[in-house]
Amino acid sequence: MHVRFALLLLAFVGTTSCATGASAAAPRNELTVFAAASLAEAFEDVAIELERRHDGLEVRLNLAGSQTLAAQLLDGAPADVFAAADDVEMGRVVAAGRAAGPRSFASNHLVIAVEPGNPAAVTSLADLARDDLVVVLPTDAVPAGRYAAAALETAGVEVAPASLEVDVRSALGKVVLGEADAAIVYASDVAAVDGRAEAVPLPPDPGAGIGYPVAVVTDSRRPALAAEFVDLLFAETGRDLLRRHGFGAP
Amino acid sequence: MTATTATRRRRTFDRPVAALVAVALAAGIALLLLPLVGLLARTPWSRVAPLLGDPALRETLRLSLLVSLASAALSLVLGVPLAWLLARVSFPGKRLLRALCVLPMVLPPVVGGVALLAAFGRRGLVGAPLERLTGITLPFTTAGVVIAVTFVSLPFLVVTVEAGFLGLDARIEEAAATLGASRWTVLRRVSLPMLVPSLVAGTALAWARALGEFGASITFAGNLGGTTRTVPLAVYLELHRDPDAAIVLSLVLLAVSIAILVGLRDRYLGVGR
Repeated sequence: MHVRFALLLLAFVGTTSCATGASAAAPRNELTVFAAASLAEAFEDVAIELERRHDGLEVRLNLAGSQTLAAQLLDGAPADVFAAADDVEMGRVVAAGRAAGPRSFASNHLVIAVEPGNPAAVTSLADLARDDLVVVLPTDAVPAGRYAAAALETAGVEVAPASLEVDVRSALGKVVLGEADAAIVYASDVAAVDGRAEAVPLPPDPGAGIGYPVAVVTDSRRPALAAEFVDLLFAETGRDLLRRHGFGAP
Repeated sequence: MTATTATRRRRTFDRPVAALVAVALAAGIALLLLPLVGLLARTPWSRVAPLLGDPALRETLRLSLLVSLASAALSLVLGVPLAWLLARVSFPGKRLLRALCVLPMVLPPVVGGVALLAAFGRRGLVGAPLERLTGITLPFTTAGVVIAVTFVSLPFLVVTVEAGFLGLDARIEEAAATLGASRWTVLRRVSLPMLVPSLVAGTALAWARALGEFGASITFAGNLGGTTRTVPLAVYLELHRDPDAAIVLSLVLLAVSIAILVGLRDRYLGVGR
């Protein structure tokens, strides 16, 4: 008697979990795009564009740090497209056979984010060493933090940051909230906050070009649609959308 | 005789119900236990000693200890009067005050951090005038971390100590009052000595919560080694860089938390009396 009920319950739990698993793996008219968090706003626009072209299509964006997304893909998460902010993470996924033929579709560069109107009169990396400024940087556990540290080292500037924020958006957030006077972030991040921060450009550094690779996931259930999403990024429409969100050409 | 039968009745379940309860129990225990077992299974035991000797990691542990102890002391000072007020005085709006005292327990800590910025940040309600008048700013400072973790951990002390007050025999306090003791004397000479177990439990619980606080702290005070990077922040950051270090740090927090809870022998949150 005991056993029968337990089995019944187990069977019930089993079927429901199978059902949800199946619906996630074989969506009827859905395209799942794994994209680096910094691509959020740009990819929302690209998704809308693709949905406009296909009646009833729903593009689902899974936005997170590139490392997190790569780990999810390596664990077998179902997806159709993977766009990373980092060649290293894309390389891991390609090496594991879960994505093929990555192509660079956009680039980004570092800027100094300051409050609108630049009240602290920050004009260069050297200004970040001023002790009247509260400066935050992304931690070097994320790519943006490593790029920022490299840029400062190249410029020979020593900064005493008030905080090493866990990701680049958090660093920008501190400027937007007025808690920090300056932060080193991506140009696209400043474009995403609609004038609540201003970008002070940095001199172009050939070593600091940051590329975004994209690839179709090899076991995608909608390979044609996935390829179309990727193609859209390279088409004039996609380029325009990316440019409007602060990204540069690949 | 009738009483015994009734008790027996209440204690037995029908068989199908018993099976369901057994499954639910097993699932519940598994949900709570398996993550801990998983953590232990993943622990790189050979690296524990060298990692714990790492200077950066020790600095993090030292800061966490300092912050959590300061916060526990602050919780004690701020929380006992609140617990007394809630347990012993009736006034309009008491329900609202109790809700306010418990709110940080259910609020996402990140929301707490944002709210703290709105109040004590450089542009905050209190923070802006504070900076103008004194030049003091709280975000990005160790004091800021103490405030953030106290915001989250204070309710644990208030709830535990309030339950302690409510568990006291009010007649003893009344007797003292009848004998001419003022409210303050009653509190100091009668109630508080009887409350020692609740005070210890509440402080320890608040301390343990402070030790583990992440969201409010990182939102309000940021992350900088030696100033604001406590153990939970280091765990989160190391998870991407050196998962072994993250697991070892998690293990330290886990060991301390278990030691506190076991040491309290169920005397927390008003249960176990």
